[in-house]
Amino acid sequence: MSWHFNEENEKKFHTLLTRYPKKNSLTLPSLWMIQHQDGWISEDAMKYLAKKLDMSPMDIYSIASFYSMFHLKPIGKYNIQICKTLSCKLRGSADIKKYIENKLGIKAGETSSDMKFTISEVECLGSCGTAPCVCINEDYIQNSTPEILDEIINELK
Amino acid sequence: MIKDIESKNFNIKDSHLLHIAKQNGRYSSLEKLFSMSSEDALNEVDKSGLRGKGGGGAATGGKWKLIPNPSDKPTYLIVNADESEPGTFKDRQILEYDPHLLLEGIICSSYALHAHHAYIYIRGEYAFWAKRLQFAIDEAYNAGVIGKSVMGYDYKLDITLHRGAGAYICGEKSALVESLEGKRGHPRLKPQQKEPEWFFGCPSVVNNVETIASVPFIIKNGYENYRAYGTEKSPGTMLFGMSGHIQKPGIYEIQFGESMSEFIDKIGGGVKDGKKLKALIPGGSSTHVLRADEIEDITLDYESLKAHGSNLGTGGMILMDESVFMPDVVKNLFEFYHHESCGQCTPCREGVGWSDKLMGKILDGNGTKKDLDTLINLSFILNGKTICVFAPSVAYIIDSYIGKFKDEFYSLVK
Repeated sequence: MSWHFNEENEKKFHTLLTRYPKKNSLTLPSLWMIQHQDGWISEDAMKYLAKKLDMSPMDIYSIASFYSMFHLKPIGKYNIQICKTLSCKLRGSADIKKYIENKLGIKAGETSSDMKFTISEVECLGSCGTAPCVCINEDYIQNSTPEILDEIINELK
Repeated sequence: MIKDIESKNFNIKDSHLLHIAKQNGRYSSLEKLFSMSSEDALNEVDKSGLRGKGGGGAATGGKWKLIPNPSDKPTYLIVNADESEPGTFKDRQILEYDPHLLLEGIICSSYALHAHHAYIYIRGEYAFWAKRLQFAIDEAYNAGVIGKSVMGYDYKLDITLHRGAGAYICGEKSALVESLEGKRGHPRLKPQQKEPEWFFGCPSVVNNVETIASVPFIIKNGYENYRAYGTEKSPGTMLFGMSGHIQKPGIYEIQFGESMSEFIDKIGGGVKDGKKLKALIPGGSSTHVLRADEIEDITLDYESLKAHGSNLGTGGMILMDESVFMPDVVKNLFEFYHHESCGQCTPCREGVGWSDKLMGKILDGNGTKKDLDTLINLSFILNGKTICVFAPSVAYIIDSYIGKFKDEFYSLVK
């Protein structure tokens, strides 16, 4: 099996082992590390993790596929997540979505052919007081407007 | 109207840094804490009447007293920072502007519970807040505020931050513990009698961020001073939120028992753009919707909301003006619940998806009266037949929205 943690993650993994009563707790932190390392979670990486945690690959897959933030397929370099839940909707998330789709020429749920952008619609980001909210990779763009997003997306392009 | 038990440092620049936090009173409760026994600390919180601020409103002291004392197994405190109830964005204010208040609360609470390790489970989307909190934890470790000897006292405490990965259901306490054990976030069957949560078989308490952040005030100033705020049955203050069609959305700390309409008008500046209020959700999307004409006598406490057929929940209010069409709101909420059902119980997994589909059909103009009846019937299938309260929340949405805005729904069907 060729996949393995990079040095930094390997070190982090061993530190984390000391923080929990049982190593099963390390599934989520480890899946995060894999995703940060590769941008997504491959079958090879899941098999590697299963071995490391003395679990079956199926267990790891069942866990990884349960949590919506884990990507089991490669996605664009910039994952543009539009909050579509009520507070954001009441403050114009539908317009934001339309704007981003037009700007990038792809629909929500799709990835651009150069693998640069993915648009996804997500449920409540917990940013209801600063709605509408868009999250690009891990950064919240609060009180977002087409103008603000235009500037950001142009920079990323 | 605004109070500052929890939000005192929110407007101080760089208050998330340890030295600024300390200058502004953080960790000042610890001297009194360690002069007390763990049992006295627990009793102080119990007598304060502090109620869980994550939505359920259960008595914190009651929860803590479920931990066996003495216990032959280690005890854990697990802090629920998986804030994902639509309309709720209060815990992140503490994490962003005063993370040391949370850490101080964790020290006080862990000491009362004889716990030496606390976990904070934060929702995956809160990457910025996780970084900020981790920075505060690291600063606290390096300064000896936590670790082998808390502030030089004979008490050891470790704090570990654990990141979720985008599952709303992990805010349910037993699902959260399952997730912390590395599994899918499936809620556990509830015991017949009250029990603590069990983290790898060890007794544990799961409390919301804001609940824990209320503890230092109680320890430092005594339970009577906490009870000086709020009402007899809902003592203290809470971070209430306003979002949706409101002039000044945000989080405001007020004491329990204040008038809801005054809060909206005076603090929130009234409905956005001077429009008329149509309805509001008082405490996160899982609470019953209220029509504008129902809120006049409501005060913001658990009892009043309950008496008016809803719930205080997380205190995260979503306001809707006269332009809002209720079936659209219901479709939006169904999509949320459909996406977030953990899939463990059949009535929920299938029922919520079915509701979503039916509502879509009705909104597309293809619905019949029979579809609407089926939807109303689904409420019975969803309510009370599942492990956790997720499916009942969806049943409440069906009941309260269709019940209160009947005409709008029936106008759509043939």
